[in-house]
Amino acid sequence: MADTPSTPPKIKAAKKMRDLMTTYYLEALSAAQNHRQVAWITSGGPVEPLVAMDIIPVYPENHGAMIGSAKMGEDLCAKAEDMGYSGDLCAYARADIACAVVRGGPIGGLPKPDMLICCNNICGTVLKWYEIQARYFQVPLFILDTPVCHTGYTPEIEAYVKAQVHAYIAFLEQVTGKKMDPAKMNAVGRLSYEGQRLWQQVLNTTAHKPSPMSAFDAFFFLALIVTLRGTQIAVDFYKELIAELEQRIHDGIGVVPGETYRLLWDNLPVWHRLKWLSDRFSAHQACLVADTYTSAWCGALKYMDENNFLDSMAQAYTRIYLNIGVDEMAEEVLKMIRFYDVNGLVMHSNRSCKPYSFGQMDIMRIVREKTGIPVLMIEADMVDPRSFSQSQAETRIDAFMEIIKQKRARP
Amino acid sequence: MKEIKPFHEAANPLSDTAARIRQTGRKIIGYPCSYAPEELIHAAGCHPMRLFSSGHGIVQAENHLQSYCCSVVRGILEDSLAGRLDFLDGTVFPHTCDSMQRLSDIWRMNGAYAFFADLVLPVTLNTPSSAAYLESVLARFKADLETALEISITDADLAASIALFNRIRTHLSFIHDFYSRHPGLIRGSDMNALIKGAMIMDRDEAVTLLADVAASLRHMPVPDTPVKRVVLAGSVCDTPDLFDTVEAAGGAVVGDDLCTGQRWFDRLVPEDQPPLTALANRYRERVICPSKHTGLTTRADHLISLVNHTRAHGVLFVMLKFCDPHAFDYPYLKECLDAKGIKSMALEMDDGHWNQGQFSTRIETFIHML
Ligand code: SF4
Ligand code: SF4
Ligand code: SF4
Repeated sequence: MADTPSTPPKIKAAKKMRDLMTTYYLEALSAAQNHRQVAWITSGGPVEPLVAMDIIPVYPENHGAMIGSAKMGEDLCAKAEDMGYSGDLCAYARADIACAVVRGGPIGGLPKPDMLICCNNICGTVLKWYEIQARYFQVPLFILDTPVCHTGYTPEIEAYVKAQVHAYIAFLEQVTGKKMDPAKMNAVGRLSYEGQRLWQQVLNTTAHKPSPMSAFDAFFFLALIVTLRGTQIAVDFYKELIAELEQRIHDGIGVVPGETYRLLWDNLPVWHRLKWLSDRFSAHQACLVADTYTSAWCGALKYMDENNFLDSMAQAYTRIYLNIGVDEMAEEVLKMIRFYDVNGLVMHSNRSCKPYSFGQMDIMRIVREKTGIPVLMIEADMVDPRSFSQSQAETRIDAFMEIIKQKRARP
Repeated sequence: MKEIKPFHEAANPLSDTAARIRQTGRKIIGYPCSYAPEELIHAAGCHPMRLFSSGHGIVQAENHLQSYCCSVVRGILEDSLAGRLDFLDGTVFPHTCDSMQRLSDIWRMNGAYAFFADLVLPVTLNTPSSAAYLESVLARFKADLETALEISITDADLAASIALFNRIRTHLSFIHDFYSRHPGLIRGSDMNALIKGAMIMDRDEAVTLLADVAASLRHMPVPDTPVKRVVLAGSVCDTPDLFDTVEAAGGAVVGDDLCTGQRWFDRLVPEDQPPLTALANRYRERVICPSKHTGLTTRADHLISLVNHTRAHGVLFVMLKFCDPHAFDYPYLKECLDAKGIKSMALEMDDGHWNQGQFSTRIETFIHML
């Protein structure tokens, strides 16, 4: 092994982000005392109207990630299975359904929702999941139906989603008994756009060699663009983070000591094994520089008009990564392979997430044909550790890294 | 009954049925789900054929779909890749669940047939905007067919096809109702074959034969052996053995909430409306699949009213492993049945395979409990 330089300094902004997230969750948990309303919303859902109407958005999926990281997924998932939910269902949904009943998890459960906002641009699971929670909490459910764009975005889809954007606002006005302030909506829209643009910039820093942060850091910093999108807090935070990352680039600080190999990650993180995976790859001087997951929260920027947010929202929220055809997803992967100049692709075949995982094998073939880089597929689940065999993953990662090294060694 | 035989034979082998249809000059368009507008395909001069997994082992589909995908989706893809569907001229994929959604992509990317279409239906079916959208999606599909086949589908063509399919539905509803009121008249596996066969065979042939079956039923002696009346609920049921096992245990399937059952033939397309509006309206009003939404209690309400209507003693859930939409609804549906004192049991089938020993014992126990 090459000589291993010392561990690089931690990213300082991490502490700040933890504080911001704590404040956010405290605010959400005490919403009722402060006479504020809470909406549960899917991670891909349009949060901006909620922010504009002073409703606190809460993300069961973000909470699911916390449950996974805290290794509390197995218990909660098993509890859902006792309630009759099949162990083959998405673990975010299982953990949340159980958590609502037992008030478990790292923060003792989420605040009770006053309304539910379900946007199905990520999967069909969220529809079923939010139906269950709407019955359980007996609160109104708004469904924003974003037809999947297998081969493109049609005028029919545009008209349909636009009509629903209006219905969404009408729904919020009805539940809150307040009118939406268009000026405030515009301001939130601009902040959202700005936040996403900055988030893209954060992700772009890893194109630098050595990479100042890794996909594992991105998984962590992602929480803010999900939960606080549309606020000044997110904008300010990402500006600071970018400054810090640029400083690291300037100082030649890479996140993986002696970065030699660069990899792209596909699908959700394996929350309960982040540290282990990160160490495993680092031991091979490999840095996971980017991933297809975190860029989902800025990938639709191209369809967004910051000065006319509400109008462009329909398209931007419909054409996100998980809501397009597998061939278009493959194109996105190829672009990332080029942009980040990676030596290999690691695919997480995620038992929880069918829309993300089915089609991966075709993407794998396309990537192999078009780029010749090695591709690894690891079987796991983002939250439920029962579908993960560490020893098997270890063997496969080691073998995969061997191939990458040999490829590199060849002239 | 000899009229039922062709229905049993429709898929055995499928290629023979397909060959006969092709001789009539019709192109064959396959579809994997009960939300496919067969009337439009038929009005375009093509033959709509429902695709089921033939249940052959998964070999080539392994290269495209992981093992945690339902057997319907994996099986259909396998059949296609293995060349067992080479008689198809095209396929259409109505959007329903996540697995179907990705199957459509994989199918298109590895496409082997001349015609391909996605039908991205709305998921919510009870809002004004979804009504307009649904109709526009059907209009687009019609245009796609017209372009691909270089034809034009007139309102009259469509009205004629709607009338034909409505006759099939009417016959099936009549037969089903008769059979439900007099279980034992024909076998459950026969009823199942009539429905499945009608999704596969030439529709003019189907309508004639169904009329004959309906006529013969009226003259058959009505059995009066008491049976335990069971309702089936789930996605698809392509397992004739299930009916035999239920019957052997002293039960009879008197109603169902299945896409290979009443969900498919219940509700006629209104014949007094503009055809596309009428088709859209049927989709909005028919019994829904769990991948669609018309309200928080629609499915439970329907299931309970079905149990009441058929005077069923219990509900047997037939679930396919890895089928998310149905698995999500199951605990709630069971809870609603429990609250009404209606007994139920769930069978989870893996790979669509029928585990005779294991299932028989459980079904016998269940039926005896009723
Ligand atoms: S992990 Fe996948 S299936 Fe689960 S909620 Fe997210 S997108 Fe849906
Ligand atoms: S259960 Fe849903 S997806 Fe399956 S055939 Fe029925 S409508 Fe189609
Ligand atoms: S509804 Fe269920 S059985 Fe039907 S294709 Fe989807 S996952 Fe498979």
